[in-house]
Amino acid sequence: MPALSFLIWLPLACGVVGALLSGASERAPARVALLGSLAALGLAIGYIADYHAGAGLQHVTDVVWIAALGIHYKLGVSGLNVFLVGLTTLLFAAATLSLNVRKGALKPERPALFFFLFTLAESAVLGAFLAQDLALFVAFFDLMLIPFYFLVGIDWQPSIPTPAGRPDRVKATIKLVIYTLVGSLLMLAAAIAAGVLTSEQHGTPLTFVLSSMHALPLSTGSQEWIFLCFAAAFLVKMPAFPLHGWMPDGYRAMPIEVLMVFSGVLSKVGAYGFLAIALPLFPRAAVHWQTLMLLIALASILYGSVMAFTQTDVRLIAGFSSVAQLGFITLGIFALNPQGAQGALLQMVNHGLVVAPLFFIIALLAQRAGGSEDLGDLGGIAFRAPVLATLFLIVAFATLAMPGSANFVGEFLILLGVFKAKLAIAIIAFSGVVMASVYALRLFIRAMHNRVHEGVDSREIALLDSAVLVPLVAVILFFAVYPQLALSRSEGSVKASVAAAQAAQRSSSSAIASTSP
Amino acid sequence: MKFVPFLTPPAATAHLKGPPVNFAGLSPLMSLLGGAVVVLLVGLLRSRRVREQLVPALALVALGAAVGLTIWQWNAQKSILSGALRIDDLALMLNLILMTGGAATVLLAWRSLASKEAGHGEFHALLLTSIAGMSLLAAAQNTVALFIGLELLSIPLYVLCATEMKREHSLESGLKYLIIGSVGSATLLYGIALIYGATGATDFGAIAAAIASSGLSTNVLLLTGIALSVAGLAFKASVAPFHQWTPDVYEGAPTPITAFMAVATKVAALGVFLRFFDVALIEAQSSWGPAVATLAAVTIVVGNVGALGQSSLKRMLAYSSVAQAGYMLAGVVVASQLGVRATVFYLAVYLFMNMAAFAVIVARERTTDLGDSTRALAGLGREQPWLAWPMTLAMLGLAGIPATAGFMGKFYLIDAAVSGGYTWLGIVIVVGSMISLGYYLPVIAAMWMREAPGEETAADELPPRPAGDAQAAGSPPLPAIAGASPELDPPAGPAEPPPPRRAGTQPEVAFVAILAGAATLFFGIVPQPLFDLVRHVGSGLGLF
Repeated sequence: MPALSFLIWLPLACGVVGALLSGASERAPARVALLGSLAALGLAIGYIADYHAGAGLQHVTDVVWIAALGIHYKLGVSGLNVFLVGLTTLLFAAATLSLNVRKGALKPERPALFFFLFTLAESAVLGAFLAQDLALFVAFFDLMLIPFYFLVGIDWQPSIPTPAGRPDRVKATIKLVIYTLVGSLLMLAAAIAAGVLTSEQHGTPLTFVLSSMHALPLSTGSQEWIFLCFAAAFLVKMPAFPLHGWMPDGYRAMPIEVLMVFSGVLSKVGAYGFLAIALPLFPRAAVHWQTLMLLIALASILYGSVMAFTQTDVRLIAGFSSVAQLGFITLGIFALNPQGAQGALLQMVNHGLVVAPLFFIIALLAQRAGGSEDLGDLGGIAFRAPVLATLFLIVAFATLAMPGSANFVGEFLILLGVFKAKLAIAIIAFSGVVMASVYALRLFIRAMHNRVHEGVDSREIALLDSAVLVPLVAVILFFAVYPQLALSRSEGSVKASVAAAQAAQRSSSSAIASTSP
Repeated sequence: MKFVPFLTPPAATAHLKGPPVNFAGLSPLMSLLGGAVVVLLVGLLRSRRVREQLVPALALVALGAAVGLTIWQWNAQKSILSGALRIDDLALMLNLILMTGGAATVLLAWRSLASKEAGHGEFHALLLTSIAGMSLLAAAQNTVALFIGLELLSIPLYVLCATEMKREHSLESGLKYLIIGSVGSATLLYGIALIYGATGATDFGAIAAAIASSGLSTNVLLLTGIALSVAGLAFKASVAPFHQWTPDVYEGAPTPITAFMAVATKVAALGVFLRFFDVALIEAQSSWGPAVATLAAVTIVVGNVGALGQSSLKRMLAYSSVAQAGYMLAGVVVASQLGVRATVFYLAVYLFMNMAAFAVIVARERTTDLGDSTRALAGLGREQPWLAWPMTLAMLGLAGIPATAGFMGKFYLIDAAVSGGYTWLGIVIVVGSMISLGYYLPVIAAMWMREAPGEETAADELPPRPAGDAQAAGSPPLPAIAGASPELDPPAGPAEPPPPRRAGTQPEVAFVAILAGAATLFFGIVPQPLFDLVRHVGSGLGLF
């Protein structure tokens, strides 16, 4: 396999080439970007196939980036990120394909700029997943927001008026970026502090390489505040309940293809950060704040679910359902045992696989309802569109974690893990599973069944649209049949990632046990 | 009180002859001052072409020569002129930053109204003198040289601020800067005098030795002197609460001069902070450390909050420069090698980011009538992406976003703060950066996400322009007040329609913007060369 740098920078290189070719042909940037994203997808599949479970970090690239600060350009594939990399490339490829072929998709007036930013976003996200150096991770984590700032904020088609009822695009963008960057900057300070304090407490030279930092745990006091800063960054990105303020306006302002990758991939970087960065580096803090994090997760599940079945804007239904789903993922991670974490990792992939087609379907529904994305204006679309209805039904069932879907396996493992950790929280969290079926089915029934709503044109899915949707649904079905693919390959890495936290938990509980009698 | 003699060779004092002059060490300074004289004389020539083209070119040559001589002196660790100046990597690195900033200023001012109204010779001579003052300040190793350098930098700047003589704001800016600057200088001078009174020394090394040997670090006289010096230097570096002049002066001054002040004055002031506090007063660090740290924190908050909601870009950048000074003070406070390196590193990237931003403002001031308002940038991303990208990179860099040099700079500063035991100051830097997003991002939004203002507002408000402009092709459309007044150059031909408003007519401004923007990006991705440059800047200071 080629080096990981190749995978990371390939999309961006295609974006640049496309921008250079844009003088020759208006369509060139979109085509070249598609080529790049498909090639990246191919590479990612190669890495998944080539991954040896239990062999630790693979395909490592390790170059000194900034010697003065001990920062390395270190990349590597582990069981934690290999499927997320696959997810990222898959969703970006789907979104780029959709931009190329979907009728009514965004046709940016400045395609060179648009696809440059879009490919930069893919490169930055891949970098964040693959980085094995704390400072490099932070850099990619902050960087990936910048293209989205432009992608969301710029009016790509000024000739087409914005549909009524949408929020002010620029304000929504600035809110989104400030929310997320505030978290990221806190993480920047915390990451530097983690590196510097590690080197001070152990008398070692300054380094940010994760594997070296794992070997040198920080003192408990430092861990606790540093962990909170990291948590702030990750929770905003997900978004989790009290920090989701940017989400409603942001989701409604985005072009749908941008939203597909934003919701499908960026939220996962937050969850991945908990699993791959925060837990191994700050295990004692994770134990210390476990209850807090579980309560935040629980609040996200309940709040997201309730909001999802009270909203009528279909984007917000999907958006709040993501809040709830990400709540489940957080819950699994902070069960602090292998079952919970494995469920969380599987659920990250599942949620990405489900939410991107969901948004794509929303775009198709809006096309059939005269551009409206309000549940009140939809209805009866299944009437002449059985294939679309079937595909939607599969996605909806996967969203509500129907037994037989991979989401069911993921949620089952998560709840199993939480049962072992905190029984009461697991019992309350179960209500989220019930509510998921309420909002998912409500969305499906109100949109597809009932009487054909006035102004709704029930059309079958176009061939080119199904070229985007069918592969995504096929992957959902594949994982439903064979979730073991992800579970077996990630098992070793997940165990390693929660091992330190489990050890810290044991030592703290034994300390309590020894003092209590 | 014990008298500590200057660190001069005994032979020199015995015969009462002047100290030996190390011309090699002085050569960059002499190149600047010689250049100032030449430029002033050439500016007296009658030919208009000579005045408008040759004078700035000669100024660039002088700066280029100074840069060359600075590089020639690299790695020279020596004290010259009886220990008055110290030529070490810190001084030389600051020299490089200053001269690059000066060269950029010359380019930005090439077709500016300010150099025309003040006379090209005078304008550039003043500029070069001011840079010489800064260079002197960066190398100063006793309090007398420090004060001379400070005055040499300030007095030309007072004049330069007022060089758009027909514009009230410019005059007001010059006057305001003169008064405030004098107060600052006086405060500093008093502080220096008190420090001399307490220690009996003007030499930095001797002051440090006196504080250490006599246990003066809690001496009231010395502490008062330190407090007054901090206040005086804080005026120059626009550190809160001594920053109130900054927005007004920055807004009123001609934009190239604002750019110069924002970058070069800050470099000189921070440079002297580094040398004065981390060498002369290092023994009293426990006394001034917490105080300066508090100042830094207050400055960060005041600057960032003040910048919110400013519609004038120059005012916004003024407040932003206040905040940036606060970030850089963090590197002074920790008084470590790492702190010095981080501060100098930040100064270098700060140069690129600010020059990119100001070059774009200059370009827009000349092509729209909206002056330096944020609205002047609306639609720039579509119309002139080669200007919009540098501005975008500058704003992202100042906010500290990865892939720009600003991220590296902030990373280094926070690293220094945490290593020096000032973790809370690192957090304040981050909190400041968060607030700063509230004013940097709307600038980017204006360029990329807002439509350009209608063309009709752009052309109609201008009064008829004198025809002399036809010759000075591409000379800037004037702001409303200045444009209404007769220009210095008499009309030289039949009236012609004003030249088309294109950025192509000011290639040197676009050049500065693009180069500075590219440097911001480059050093954000490949920062190693810059890290190598600053590696030894702290080594001459005797810190650990």
